[in-house]
Formats: sequence, C-alpha cells, structure tokens
Amino acid sequence: MKLKPVLIAVAALMALPAMAQNLTVVNFGGANGAAQKKAYFEPFEKAGGAKIVPVEYNGEQAKIKAMVEAKKVTWDVVEVESPDLSRGCDEGLFEKLDWKKIGNKADFQKAAVHACGVGTFVWSTVMAYDGDKLKKAPTTWADFWDVKKYPGKRGMRKGARYNLEFALMADGVKPADVYKVLATKDGAERAFKKLTELKPNIQWWEAGAQPPQFLVAGDVVMTTAYNGRIDAAQREGKNLKITWTGGIYDLDYWVMPKGTPNKDAALKFIAAASSANAQAEYAKNISYGPTNTKALGKLDAKVLGQLPTSAANSKSALQFGIGFWADQGEALEKRFSAWAAQ
Amino acid sequence: MMMAGGTLDLATQLRRAERRRKQRAVALTLPLLAFLVVFFLVPLASLLVRAVENPEVADALPRTGQALAGWDRNSPPDPAAYAAVIADLSAIEDTAQAGVLARRLNSEVPGGRSLVMNTYRILHPDEEEAADAEGEGEGEAQPDIRSLTPEQVRTRLIETDPRWEELPYWQAIAKNSSRWTPDYLLAAVDLRRTPQGDIVKVPADEAAFSDILGRTFQMSAVVTFFCLLLAYPLAYWLSTLPERKANVLLILVLLPFWTSVLVRIAAWIVLLQNNGLVNRFLMWIGLTDTPIPLLFNRVGVIIAMVHILLPFAILPLYSVMKSVPPNYLRAAISLGSAPFSAFVRVYLPQTYPGVAAGGLLVFITSIGYYVTPALLGGAGDQMLSYYVAQYTNVEVNWGMACALGGVLLTATLVLYSIYRKVSKAELSLG
Repeated sequence: MKLKPVLIAVAALMALPAMAQNLTVVNFGGANGAAQKKAYFEPFEKAGGAKIVPVEYNGEQAKIKAMVEAKKVTWDVVEVESPDLSRGCDEGLFEKLDWKKIGNKADFQKAAVHACGVGTFVWSTVMAYDGDKLKKAPTTWADFWDVKKYPGKRGMRKGARYNLEFALMADGVKPADVYKVLATKDGAERAFKKLTELKPNIQWWEAGAQPPQFLVAGDVVMTTAYNGRIDAAQREGKNLKITWTGGIYDLDYWVMPKGTPNKDAALKFIAAASSANAQAEYAKNISYGPTNTKALGKLDAKVLGQLPTSAANSKSALQFGIGFWADQGEALEKRFSAWAAQ
Repeated sequence: MMMAGGTLDLATQLRRAERRRKQRAVALTLPLLAFLVVFFLVPLASLLVRAVENPEVADALPRTGQALAGWDRNSPPDPAAYAAVIADLSAIEDTAQAGVLARRLNSEVPGGRSLVMNTYRILHPDEEEAADAEGEGEGEAQPDIRSLTPEQVRTRLIETDPRWEELPYWQAIAKNSSRWTPDYLLAAVDLRRTPQGDIVKVPADEAAFSDILGRTFQMSAVVTFFCLLLAYPLAYWLSTLPERKANVLLILVLLPFWTSVLVRIAAWIVLLQNNGLVNRFLMWIGLTDTPIPLLFNRVGVIIAMVHILLPFAILPLYSVMKSVPPNYLRAAISLGSAPFSAFVRVYLPQTYPGVAAGGLLVFITSIGYYVTPALLGGAGDQMLSYYVAQYTNVEVNWGMACALGGVLLTATLVLYSIYRKVSKAELSLG
C-alpha cells in the first residue's frame, strides 16, 4: 500500500511538463528585450499563463522559413519588423490570427491590425546628437548634410533603407512626397546623388547599439539611430538628444510561425501583451509608442513626450513605406552595394 | 591431395583475413565518411542545385507559361496569356504559393510582388472582407472575371492594375517559365539575360558583385601577406628557443586564439576608436594632431583580421621550422657564406612548405569572413559572405545566396588548383 503515494508522485511528475508549459518568445533583445521582460513576460508568468523562454534573434526570417518548411517549429511567438510581416504573411510563414481572442480592433492603431500580426510598438529612426558637443541643435536633414555648419562624421545605417528617404528630405522633398519621388527612376537617382555628397563623411553602423556608442565616443557629431537606443543612453545619464523632424516611424509586430505546437498559449500571450495596461508599462520602460490607443491615457506627460507617437514628435514624421520597400527593396539594396563600392 | 587442399585452405584463410582487415578499416572510417557526406557533400550539392533551381513560376503559372511559349517577347502579349494568368492565379489554393511566386517575380522586376499579390487578392477575397462587402450590398456587381472572353479579361485586368500592360512583367514570367535558370549565377557575376535570351552585362550602377568578389580576394591577400610577415620572424624566434620556453610563448599565441572572435572585435573597437588608446598614443608622440580614422573602414578590418588569423600562420610555420636542422645553416656559414645569404639560400627554401601551408590556411579562412568586416568595416568593405547573409536573411532570396556561395566556392577551387600547379609540392595542412 506504500506504493500508491509513490505512483501518484510519479504520475504528477510526468504530468508536470504538460502543466507548466513553455512558450518560446523571440525578440530583438537589448533594452527592448529588457522592457518586454518586465512588462510582458513576468506578469504573464505570474498570472500562470506559461513559462516564457526568451530567445534573441536579429530579424533573420531565414530561420522561421527553415522551421516552417521543415515542419519543426520551436518558436511560438516572434517579434518581426513590418516588411517581414507582410512578406511572411503572403508566403504562408505565419499563422492567421483570431482577432476575437486578442481584443477590439478599434482600440488599436490602424497600422497595428494585420491578418497575421498585432503591432506591438511604434519606433522611429531619427537624427540624434550629443547635447554637450553641439551647441546649436540640428533641426532638419539639410543640417545633417551640412558639413560646413557641423563639421565631423555622420553615423548612418549600412544599407539603402531609411538613408534614401533621409537623402531626399535633405534635398528638399516633403515627407509626404518622399515615396512618390523615390519610386521614380529620377527620384532614386536623386537620392543616391545626395547620398554621394555625404559619402566621405559617413561612418556606417550595423547594430542598433552602435549609434549611441559612436556619439558618446565622439566618433560622429550626428547619427541616425533608433529612438529607443538613444532613450536607453539618456537613462544611463548621457546627454544625447533627438531631432524628431523627418523621422521615419514603423511598427514591430507579434506573429506566430505557422505550425507552432502551442498556438493557444501563444495567442493568449499576444492578447495579454497587447492589453492597454501591459503596453503602458512597456512604454514606461522604453520610449517606444503603444499601439493600443487606450494605453496612452495611462501615461503621464513626461513619458508621452518621449514617444514617437506623441503629437509634437510625429508632426513632421514619415511612416515607413512597407509596400514600397517590399517591391523595391531588393533592387535598391543591390544598387546601394554597387554605390558603396564606387 | 591432402597437401593441395591445405594450401587452398590457407589461401582462402589469408584472403578472408585480408578482407576482414579491410572491412575493419572501412568500418573505422565509416562514421567520418558518413559525416562528410551528410554534413558536407549533401548540403554543398543542394546549395549548387538551389542556385539553378527555378520552380516558382513554372509551378504557379503553368498555363501562362504555355500561352507565352510562342511569344516574341517584344510585342504586347496575346489576350490568351491574360486569361491564362487569371486561370492560374484562381487555381492557386494556398496563399503561400502566391507569395512565393510574388517574391520570385519581384526579384526579377521590382514591383512584381505587389502586382501578383494584388491580383491574387482580388481573385481570392478574404472571407471576412467578403462578408463586409456583402453587408454593404452589391450595388453594381461586375461579372466574374473568370467568365469573360480573353479580350475582356485583358481590358479588365489592365483596369485593375495598369502595370499588367507593361512588358517587363510579362517578360519575367516568360523567361522564368522553365524549371532551371542560369539567372542567379549570371547575376552573381554581374551578367543578365535579355528577354530574347542574349547574355549581356548589367548597367554599371547595378553591377556590384564582381567588385565585391575582387574586394574579397584582395582583402584576403592583404591579410595573408601581413600575417606571414608578422608570423615568420615570430615563428623563427620560437623555433630557436628551448622547448619549455617555446611552449610557454606558444600558449601566449594560442590564448587569443581561444578567445571569442566577438570579444576580440569589441576590444579592437575600444583600442582603435577616435579617442582610443592607439590614437591617443599617436597624438601624444606628435605623429598626428587629429585622430586618424582607424575604425569602420578598410584599415580596421585588416588590423582585426590579421590579429584573429595570425595563429593560423604561426603554427604551421613553427612546426616546419622546428624540423629544419640548424646544422645546415651553420654548415653554410662555416663554408664561407654571409649569414644573410645563408639564411636566404639555405634556410628560407626549407621553410617554404610552412609558408605555403600557413598562407593558404589564412587566405582560405579569410575569404569566408563575415562578422569582422560587418562590425568593423564600412559599407564598401564588406566581403562576399556579407551579401550571402543579406540574401539569406534579409531578402530571403535563397537562389541568389546559393549562387553567390557557388561563385565563391568555384573561385576558391580555381585559385587552389592554380596554387597546386605553381607550387607543385604536395601540401600538408598540418
């Protein structure tokens, strides 16, 4: 009769893995990953949802494609950038979402609602500089290009994306017309020509952590940067400043790779992470804008003033042209490689 | 009789023993062979196949391919081709297939993606959207495009998206209707096929890869040169030291070798940045007034790569120098040769195998370098692997990535065979 408790214990142990389910959530790590951990992962675990296994990646869609093609999906929820969302959705890499289980579509920004994904935050590629070193703040992209007024190197992301838009704005194109101009042959020519002007003064960056480091080290006087990275440096006490004029904002999305074995738990996680409360908590930890409009009411003016979504900051901003880059991206990136070699 | 039977037995036994020994030898190497086949030869072969495989258009648009078979590719395509496109796109049941087709056409003609996906969505309205539309009532419902005559289909399709009138999209469909294509490989060497099938150079502002391939080999050659230049005296000095001292110093050579490449790159960033140690030292001794840009350009990449690859040059050189008897040099000098010419004429030739092995090892390793140039180089300092990664991960155009990989593999094999011809000597990479 002593066997019975043992048997029960064994049975309980065997049932344990099924009960304490693991959910693999993939994000870009860094300051953003830390904010997600605090605002999304920990509360979800505490509420008994599932144990979150965070994984970092660099946006490589090849990994998702390989998993889905091999039908061995080990990632349950993945944060992806907007071009990858529409492309991956078209190519069947992601599950279609049941929006009824996520929330009211009307509560979200229009761009955040997608058949395969839920926008999780708004981020922006902006101009940044060191407030201690530049006495006169640069206010436009024309200033960024003006090496006489602001001598020194400029940090820019290695690649065509964003840089061509900035070049056109520096050349006097209005933000609203940027993609219209860039879509023409002459417009692309004009953007590359403008970029050539600045070429000797460009110091290229690859990873999002590099631009604030360039500024702090004094290697560049101005740089393009992701606004959250500058925010993280400010929180560490560095006097880095952002010029929001002509910034390019974009959304990151939660998706579920097609064939994830934990579909229900994954959907529950996405729903929890898209709630107004969770998104407000996230925005307090990193200055990326919530997509759930109800989260805005839960934030004070100081936090709001740092978000790309605030009225003052988004006034002359440009929404990233997802459709444009989905069509023209490969050709323009190749042209950029040829341009860089000249 | 008995004797003959005995010899026969002995011979069989001998043969059997021989066979068993052979089997054992094969069995011992079998795991390695299996490993090589599974993890090296098969992936390599599938990489090369992917570089010429082109199933996307042929699978998704079979009728269109047929309808365009006799087309001269210059005049506007026949209305039958328009009807075939509609029939093909309607027949696609899985969005994924349409997405794959869209990606393939887009990498041929920018804009192909949205053209295919927009048309596909019109033919396959989402259930939810369809329900919405029904709710609004079907004011002036147009007849189903599938029930129209080819001429009407053509008009209607051009109405919905005027790009259907443009030739490049049709030329891309016609060109890619066969299951195999040389296009990726041609693009990897800056060539392309015209719609008529002639092979021409791509325009100068799109020609990137021959530059990149040349840059890859040039940078590898420079790295190899500096590695040998630094490694040779060091290995020589090590080989003249007593065993115990040499071993301690070899550990110093190996220590960085065992450290993560990323850590060493980060260390170089700290050292080489504008107010880093190197620049501050140069300014302190008065060599320069303003910091010299050593980072995020070619100089930084070369410095870090030489540092990372130096052990690959030192170790083969050291092992070869260790086996050169010192007596030869002494004999040459005692027979009246000047020390320098004795070194050049007697010692140096005996270390050639080490120079060759070290040089080749460094060169071949650096050809595939990716992380170091990505983090320490500018936009114009990236090597071919960077673009392989770009096409694999960012563009998700695996055909192009495989073609670039194939070109790199071929170029390396050609270089190696030239090297074998020139050096003649059998080479051991030990």
